[in-house]
Amino acid sequence: MANNKNSTRNTSDPSTAPRFSRRALLKQAGVVGAVALGSSAPLANAASGSRPGGSNSIPVREAFETLTAAESETLDAVLDRILPSDGNGPGAREARAIQFIDHALAGYLASQRNTYAIGLLAIDTAAQAQHGTPFHLLTPAQQDTLLKAVESNEIGGFEGSGSSFFSMVRNHTIDGTFSDPYYGGNRDYIGWDMLGYPGVRMGASPDDVRNEENLAPSRQSAYDLPHFTKDPVGGA
Amino acid sequence: MATEMQKTDVVVIGLGAVGGVAVLPLVSAGLRVVGLEAGSWLSTRDFAPDELRNNTRDWPQSVQKANHEVPTSRANESEAATQASGHPMMNAVGGTSLHYWAQSWRLNPWDFKVVSETTRRYGANRLPAGSTVEDWPFALEDLEPFYDKVEYALGVSGIAGNVQGRLNSAGNIFEGPRAREYPMPPLRSSGFTDMMSDAARRLGWHPFQGPAAIASQVYGTRPGCLYHGFCDRGGCHVSAKSSTAVTTIPEAMKSGLLDVVTHARVMEIVTDSNGRAKGVQYQRGNETIFQPADVVLLASHTYENSRILLLSKSGDFPNGLANNSGQVGRHYFSHHQGAPVTALFPHNLHNWYGLPAQGVAIDNWADDNFDHSDVDFIGGGNLWVHTNRRPMSAARMSTFGKAPGWGSDWKAFIMQNADRTNSSYIQKTTLPYESNYLDLDPTVKDRLGVPVIRITAEYKENELKIAAFTQDKMEQWFREAGAVEILRSGLGRSMGPSTHAYGGTRMGNNPRTNVVDSTGFAHEVPNLGVLGASVMGTSGARNPTLTAQALAWRTAEHLAQNWRRIADA
Repeated sequence: MANNKNSTRNTSDPSTAPRFSRRALLKQAGVVGAVALGSSAPLANAASGSRPGGSNSIPVREAFETLTAAESETLDAVLDRILPSDGNGPGAREARAIQFIDHALAGYLASQRNTYAIGLLAIDTAAQAQHGTPFHLLTPAQQDTLLKAVESNEIGGFEGSGSSFFSMVRNHTIDGTFSDPYYGGNRDYIGWDMLGYPGVRMGASPDDVRNEENLAPSRQSAYDLPHFTKDPVGGA
Repeated sequence: MATEMQKTDVVVIGLGAVGGVAVLPLVSAGLRVVGLEAGSWLSTRDFAPDELRNNTRDWPQSVQKANHEVPTSRANESEAATQASGHPMMNAVGGTSLHYWAQSWRLNPWDFKVVSETTRRYGANRLPAGSTVEDWPFALEDLEPFYDKVEYALGVSGIAGNVQGRLNSAGNIFEGPRAREYPMPPLRSSGFTDMMSDAARRLGWHPFQGPAAIASQVYGTRPGCLYHGFCDRGGCHVSAKSSTAVTTIPEAMKSGLLDVVTHARVMEIVTDSNGRAKGVQYQRGNETIFQPADVVLLASHTYENSRILLLSKSGDFPNGLANNSGQVGRHYFSHHQGAPVTALFPHNLHNWYGLPAQGVAIDNWADDNFDHSDVDFIGGGNLWVHTNRRPMSAARMSTFGKAPGWGSDWKAFIMQNADRTNSSYIQKTTLPYESNYLDLDPTVKDRLGVPVIRITAEYKENELKIAAFTQDKMEQWFREAGAVEILRSGLGRSMGPSTHAYGGTRMGNNPRTNVVDSTGFAHEVPNLGVLGASVMGTSGARNPTLTAQALAWRTAEHLAQNWRRIADA
C-alpha cells in the first residue's frame, strides 16, 4: 500500500492549489450534485463553469480518495489517450474514468494500488527523461509515442512489465467508462451513449428492441431503480 | 465436541440445482428432510442489472464458501497444478441455478448409448483410444418421465420437436420422444434470432428456439421474462428464472417437512461400524454440528461431491467414502464449450436487451445426428447463437484486425460496431478418459486447512476434431446470415474448472468402474445417494443441469418408494 513519495517530484506544484475539495466548493456555491466538467479543464477549474457569478481564477482540484495530485495528472492524461476526447465526442476523461479507478483503488482494487503508484511514476519518469516535461504536459503525439513504448516493454520501472501495466489501465479505463455510474465513472452516461446503449431498465418490450436506435436512453443507474436501493435510514 | 441434532429421515448436502429439486419428491412422500446449504438466502433485491459487480467482480460467486476451495488444475501429470482466482459455482439456497444461463436441455437418445451405438454403426475401433466411456445403465425412455416432472415443477419454456413420435420442425427434430409439450412456449424470438433462423433454413439446417428454465409467460405466481438482460451472471430481479430457490424449495417448505439450514459448511459424511452412512458433520460459524440421518444425499457440485467423499475416511473406507473401488474422482471431464466463432455484421443487431437463453440452436451437427462414416471422430456439437450484450463487454469486442486496441481509431471502431458482433456458443461431446481425473491436491488447502480438489485433465483428439469441425459449420452459418468478418478462437487443451463438470462419482451397473448404481445410490454404501452431474458418464452436446435435475428427482423418488429397504437395511 506504500505511496511512492517520489511520484510527486518535478510535477506541477500542488501547493499552488487550495486544499478544498471540489465537493466542498460546489456546496459553498449551492450546486452540489451539479455536474459540469469542461473537457478543456480536466482537473483544475472543475467547478468554475457552474459556479454562479464565479470567476475562472480559483484553481480547484477534484477530490481523490487515494491518488496523489501528481499521479492523478499522469493517469488522467493516459486515460485521455486510451479513449480520447475527439471529433467523435467525449471520452474517458469526460466520463471520469479516473474517479472510478481512484475509488476502486481504495477498495476492490486496493491490491493494485502500489502497481499504479509505480507504473505512473515510471511513465512520468520516462517523460522527464525524454522531454524534460511531465507526461501530462506532453503533446498528444508525444504521449502516444511514449505509451506505445510502454505497451511494447521498451520502458522499464514497472512492477511486472509495461505491457501488463498498460493492459491493466486499459481494462480499468473500459470499466470506468462503461460501468454503472454508481461506481463513479460513466458520468452523464457518456460511456453508454458512446456505444448507443440505451441504458439499464427493468424490462424491454419487443417494440423497444425493434426500435432500439430510437429508444430514449433510460438515464439511470441500476441503483436508481427503487427495487435495488435500500431505504434511507429514517426516511428520505 | 459436536452438537448433535435430532435425527432426521434424510439429510441433503447442498440445496442448489439438484438438492433443491430432490427435496420436493422426498417431502411429498412424507419424509422429514434437513437441507444443509453452505450459502444463504438471496432475494430479487440482490440481483441488480450491474455488469461490473456480476461479470467483472463475480458477485455473487465471490462472496461464498466455494471461492475458498477453488480447484487447482493441470493438463496432465507432467505439469504443476495452478489455482484459478474464482470458482465457477456459487453457494446460496438455489445455488448456481440462481445465476446460470438456464438453458434446460434433455440429452439425445445417442448420449445414453455411445458405446453400443458407435459400435453398431461404425465399429468398436471408432471409440477413441484411452476413453473410459460406457453406456448408461438405462435409456432416455427411462429418464423421460423425470425430465417431464422437472420441466413442469420448475417451469421450462420451449417447443417440442418430438411428442410421442410426432415430429415438429419448429422444435428439435433430433430429440427423443417426449410425453407432452413444454409447459410454456419458448422465449420470444428477436430480429437477430429470426435472421439467424432464416439463414440456417437456407442452408437446409433445422433451427429452433432452445429450451430455458425461464418463464416465458406467467407461471404460477411468477411473471414471465422481462428481457432486461444481465442474467448471464446474475439472478433474476423478477424471479422469472426458474431457479430452485423460487420453485421446488419453497414448494417443499410448504409441507413443513423441510428444514433449511443455511451457512452450513459440510466437513464429512460419518459412517457407523457397519460401513453405513449415519449422518453429516458440518460447521456453522464456530460451532461443529452433527446431523444424524437414516439416509444421506450428497448434492453439491461435481468438485465438491468427490472432495467430500475423499475427505470422509474411516476404517471401512481408508481411501474415502464409497471409494474402495478407487473410482471416486475417475471419469472426470468438463464440457468443451470454448473455441467460439465471432462474427461482425454490417448493421446493428439490436441485442442490448437479450439474454443467453434467448437464442437459436442447430442440432444437425451434434451427437450422431449426421453420418460419421467419413469423419474421424464421434459425437459433435450443438451450435447456439443468442441475444446478450452489455456495455463493458461490448467495448471489449474484438477489432477483427481493423483497428488498434486504443486511441481515436479504436474509439471510432467500437462506436460503430458495439451492436454488430455476435459470438457463438458451441457445446461439444466430451468423453471421459483414463488419464483425466480428480483427486485431493497434495499441498493447496482451503481456509479451514482442508485440501482442495486437483483437476488433472485435458481435451483429447476427439474433442479437438469436433471443435474444428463445428467451427467450420458455425462460420458457414454466420456467413450465410451476412457476416462480413469472422474470428475463430483457439481450440484449447486444458480442462480447467467449469460449471459443466461431470464425473467423479459415475453411475453404472459395474461396481468396479462406477461409484453409484443405476438408482444413484453408492455401490459400497447403500444408504448414500449422490446427485448432480458427477454421476453422468457422458455430456452430450448441451447444458447438463436439466439432466442432473431429472436424475436427482429419479433418485429421490426411488428412495421414497424403497424407503424401508434403503433406510433400515
